[in-house]
Order: sequence, then structure tokens, then C-alpha cells
Amino acid sequence: MRIYLDNNATTIVDPRVKEAMDVYFCQQYGNPNSLHDFGREVREALRVALDRLYRGIGARDEDDVIVTSGATESNNTVLKSVYWQFIARTEKKRILTTPVEHPSVSEVCRFLETQGAEIVELPLNQDGIVDVETLKRFLDPEKTALVSVMWANNETGLVFPIKELSDYAHSVGVLFHTDATQAIGKISVDVSSLSLDYLSFSAHKFHGPKGVGGLYIRAGAPFVPLFHGGEHMGGKRSGTINVPGMVGMGLAMELACDALQYEVTEVRRLRDKLEDAILSLPDTLVIGKRDLRVPNTLLASFRGVEGEALIWDLNRAGIAVSTGSACASESLEPNPAMVAIGVNKELAHTAVRFSLSRFTTEEEIDRTIEVLHESVKRLRSLSSTYVSKKS
Amino acid sequence: MAKNQLIGGALWENYSQKVADRMNNPRYRGEITEEEAQKRNAKLVVADWGAESCGDAVRLYWLVDPETNRILDARFKSFGCGTAIASSDMMAELCIGKTVDEAVKITNLDVEHALRDNPDTPAVPAQKMHCSVMAYDVIKQAAAIYKGVDRESLEEEEIVCECARVSLRTIKEVIRLNDLKTVEEITHYTKAGAFCKSCIRPGGHEKRKYYLVDILQEVRKEMDKEKRMAEETRFSEMTVVQKHKVLEKIMDEEIRPMLAADGGSLEIVDIQTTDNGKTLVYIRYLGACNGCASAMTGTLYAIQGYLNRKLDENIVVYPI
Repeated sequence: MRIYLDNNATTIVDPRVKEAMDVYFCQQYGNPNSLHDFGREVREALRVALDRLYRGIGARDEDDVIVTSGATESNNTVLKSVYWQFIARTEKKRILTTPVEHPSVSEVCRFLETQGAEIVELPLNQDGIVDVETLKRFLDPEKTALVSVMWANNETGLVFPIKELSDYAHSVGVLFHTDATQAIGKISVDVSSLSLDYLSFSAHKFHGPKGVGGLYIRAGAPFVPLFHGGEHMGGKRSGTINVPGMVGMGLAMELACDALQYEVTEVRRLRDKLEDAILSLPDTLVIGKRDLRVPNTLLASFRGVEGEALIWDLNRAGIAVSTGSACASESLEPNPAMVAIGVNKELAHTAVRFSLSRFTTEEEIDRTIEVLHESVKRLRSLSSTYVSKKS
Repeated sequence: MAKNQLIGGALWENYSQKVADRMNNPRYRGEITEEEAQKRNAKLVVADWGAESCGDAVRLYWLVDPETNRILDARFKSFGCGTAIASSDMMAELCIGKTVDEAVKITNLDVEHALRDNPDTPAVPAQKMHCSVMAYDVIKQAAAIYKGVDRESLEEEEIVCECARVSLRTIKEVIRLNDLKTVEEITHYTKAGAFCKSCIRPGGHEKRKYYLVDILQEVRKEMDKEKRMAEETRFSEMTVVQKHKVLEKIMDEEIRPMLAADGGSLEIVDIQTTDNGKTLVYIRYLGACNGCASAMTGTLYAIQGYLNRKLDENIVVYPI
């Protein structure tokens, strides 16, 4: 039995999504920009997909939801648009962000810093998130071009208070972007009740295909495209439309929204079962309060067991999980969320992430618990540090 | 190389079968007790290296025959990833049967080579090379404990890159001999910095005493200084054109500003080299210098004296 518990990295494509996409490869392969029937027949499918995307995130018809190659492109587009609009030519040179953003935000910020942007990382509170009081302390509307805060963290699953944060940013006239890659399909994402200007997402995180994602742009929000060279997506994102990808993402969005109730009850129940089993082992902990996390994610630490060694053992048993702080990574700094929560620095290399999906079964979780117990026992028996802790 | 790097994440695929086997079933994991040591009339050495917060920690147990200083048995325990466990296991195996002095000579490179399936293919990918460094360090630690000496006394050279075991002396030499200008070139010549990359610049995987960027900068500075000095002493061997350039530069920077303070200046009219090694510099005074009494005495001596000190004592200045 192969068990996939790395759904924050990518997900299985829902078979219904795959089936819906299939016709756009060899039968309806026209370019939607063409005038003839090959183009026309494709446009209808794209309209349906767009309706599903708009409905899925609660966008209004006057807003734009453009289809991109994924959240990395969407995040790059927003940050670089803000650079051209404000940082390069006005006194607003600051971007407020967090220390736990995905590299497609943090590395772009680092690059923009070399181009004159001033990047401020908002400190995390004891729960590992940014609260609105912190934003109030750090936000200077005169100098700030954008606030960019992820909706849910990929490693810990911690959910940021996007409503409060974006409401405050808007109340002082500052643009707000959120990377909702890890939120869509896991919790309700409805921009109609929020003060967001930009929102990024990626299809393959909610059982859609890889290589396609989206960017919501509120009507009237300033925008400079990243790609020029055509009239696609109303001129906001040039490049021939990825028809099967867009169709697949549309359906995946609809299916994910329909399954939200299942996600917060059943997926959460399985996640909590695994979490309880982990915590029943001695010297283990899970990062972040359960209620503050998306329902599918848990980042656990096993004292005395190095993370990569554990995922190696689990992989031998056919179980796929991941570690955020691989010892081959360039830096040995622990996850900032772990530091903020007050986790001992020694545990930085013991963190392993389990991320479930609506395709995860109870049997898989039971098997994982069984293998996990054995692996932790084996690795602790040869661990030099675990023994020394006890003696 | 580029094509192989376009798709990332292949870390585990680059582990040798031996690494995988020893990770799955380490042969020398465990510990050796004091009772066991007494039973075998041997001395027990327990050495620790690394820390959990650094991502790697290892403990080495040695059973040493006090008569022959030979390592009778070795065991290890480790907090670390697969390659750290596999390297520790191989390290323990390599220690057994050797004397303590022989064991100290085992390096991380020996451990890595012993883990290869095929002599030409590295046992671990570059970024995992530092895992085997732990194995090397803990042997040194065990030997220091056994001998009751300071660990540093067992280090023969100052090592800059632990992964590739490249010393400070080697790196400086290579920069000089090959006139290296970039860190990439140093890595290309020595392999220093090719693995975990910590020694390239601050802010990497771990803190280092020396960084390649600093060493390069320092050596280049020394080289530039030496080059400048060499140029100055070789004035007598320069062609007339080169001499003219150097003289014009020194006139512009040092002498003309001095004369300008009194409203004068000078131009170089001709330069001649005599058979007996003298360089004759013919100058013409301009402005207020022209006709000034001191131009033929004090000022002239000052100019010639300056050139003699700065460039060559065989320079003679003639005003025309």
C-alpha cells in the first residue's frame, strides 16, 4: 500500500477533473482566440471554468480572476506590479510581509530589495501568526505600497487572520495581497466579505492539474502585467490560454468548494486521529493550536529523531511525508513559526509534516500510525541525543 | 551539468546502494559498556560530536587495547539524516583493527570513498558531503580523549573546507599560482566550497572560521601590492614609452600640483637611456617657473630627488 500524506506539496488530480480535461487535447484543441469553430467551441468551456473560479472565491463580475501558470507566477505578478507602480517611482517603497511566506513571495521580496524596495517582516505572535495589533504597529501608510500575508502556512498549516489584517490595511488606504495557495479547498475563501486587492492560488493544491493557477485582482486595483504580448486575459496575462488546465482548474475549484464540509469534518477527524497518536508517543509535539490550523495539516516534532531520517524510514514503508528543514538546506535556521511558538531550537531538525486530503482514508491513517511508531522506536534506539536526554 | 540540474529534488537518488543499506541496517550501531571493556581488558572511549540544533550529532564508542593502542571494537549512535547514519557506520567499521594513530588519519573523504558502489561515482550528492565530516571530527575527539591531549593538537593544518578537506595554505597557493579572481575558480581548482557551500561566505549552512570570499580578497590585495612594488623597482627595464607614462603620471599627481601653487608648471620634452644605465629626463619649465632662479637649483633638486626615491636612483633631470 502506498500512502500519500504530502498534499501540501501537491495533490492527486481528481479523476473527474482529468476526465473533463481530456477532450481538450485531441478533440477540441482550438485556440480560443481563433474566429473559426475550433476556437469558438473552446470558448464556451472557458466561460464555464471562469464562472466556477469566480464563484469559488466569491469574486464579483467586475473583478478580474486571471489564469496564470500557478501561484508562483501570481505572486511574482503582484509584487512586481507593485514595484513598477509604486516602489520604482513614488515614495511608497515598503512591502510588509511575514517571515514564513513561500519563496515565491519571500525571494521576490529579496530581489526587489536589490531594486530599492524596503522589505519589512512582521513578527509572529506566540501562536505563530501575525495579529492585527502587530500590523497596526508596523504599518506606515505614507511609506507602504503593499501588505502581503499568506492565508495559510504551507508547513504548519496555521491560518492568518486575513479578514482583520486586510480590513485594517484598507482602512488606512494600503493595498493588500494574500497567497491563498494553502487555503483554497481547505477552508472557506470568500473575497466578497474581505478587503483584498490581490489573491493568488494554484490548481494542483486542490486536486487540479499542475502548471495552472489564478490571480484575483479587485476591480480598480492598480495592475501592471508580468507578461506582455497579446490580448489574452484582457491583456492582463499574455500567452495562449492553457485550455485543459483552465478547464481542469475550474472543475477542481468547484469540487473543492463542494467538499469543504467534508474537509472540516472528516479530513480533520483523520488528521486529529493521527495527531493524537503522535502525541501519545513520549517526547513529541505538534506545532500550532489545532483550531488555528487548516484541517489537513500537522507539523510534528519527534525528539531525538532527525526529520530526514524519519521520512526515509516512512518512505521505505510506502508513506510519503515531508520535512521543511532538510539538513541539506542552505541554512540551519529553524522554521520561524517554531521559534515564535517557543519551541526549543534543538527540535528544529526533528519536524516532519503530514498533510492529508479528501482522498486520505482511515485505513491509510491507521497504517501510518503503526509504521510511525516502529520508525520512531528504531531511530530513537540509534539516536545519540535521545538517550542522553533521558540519562 | 545544466541539463541535470533543471529538475531538482533528486537528493535520495544520488545515494549509493551502500549508503542506503547502512541507513536501513547499520552494522555498528549501539553502545559499548564499561563492563564489556573490563571483560576484554580494554579501555573504553566515548566521544560526542555535534549538536541536535546543528542537525547532526554523533557518539562514538571505542574499545582500545592499552598495550598496542589498537581499536578492538567500535560502535556509534547518531542523531542525523540517512547519510549521517551511514557515514557513522562506515567510520566505525574503518576504525576497527587500526591503532589510534592510524585511525586519526581517517578523513571524511575515506569514509565517503568506502561508501561508493563504484569508484568513480560519489556515494552522496554534494550537499550531503558535510554529513561525513562529523565522522571525521568524532574520531579526532575520541583520539584526543584516549591520549588525554587537546583536540587541536591533532590537527595538522588549518582546514577551510571540511567537506573537501582543503587547507588554508592550499587555497592561498592556488590563488597565487593560477592568478584566480573568483570563488568559482577556487572551487573549480580545489573543490573547496563545492559541497555544503558553508565555507564560501557567511550565512551558509554552518559558521566557519575562514571564508573563501575573505581569503580571496586578502590574497588578491597582497598580490596587487606586490605587483605595484614590482612595477616600481623595474623602472630601469621599462621601454621609453612605459617610462614616459610612469613619469607623466607622477608629474601629474605629485610634481605639477606643487609647481602650480607658485603659478608654474613643466612639460617632459624627451627621455633618453644611456649605456651606463642612466635615464635622462629633459624638461621645460612653463609659467612662473620659467626664469625663476630656484628652477635651476632647489626646485630642480627636489624634482630629481623625488623621482630618484620613487622610481629609480639613476634618473637625471635636465631643464632645457
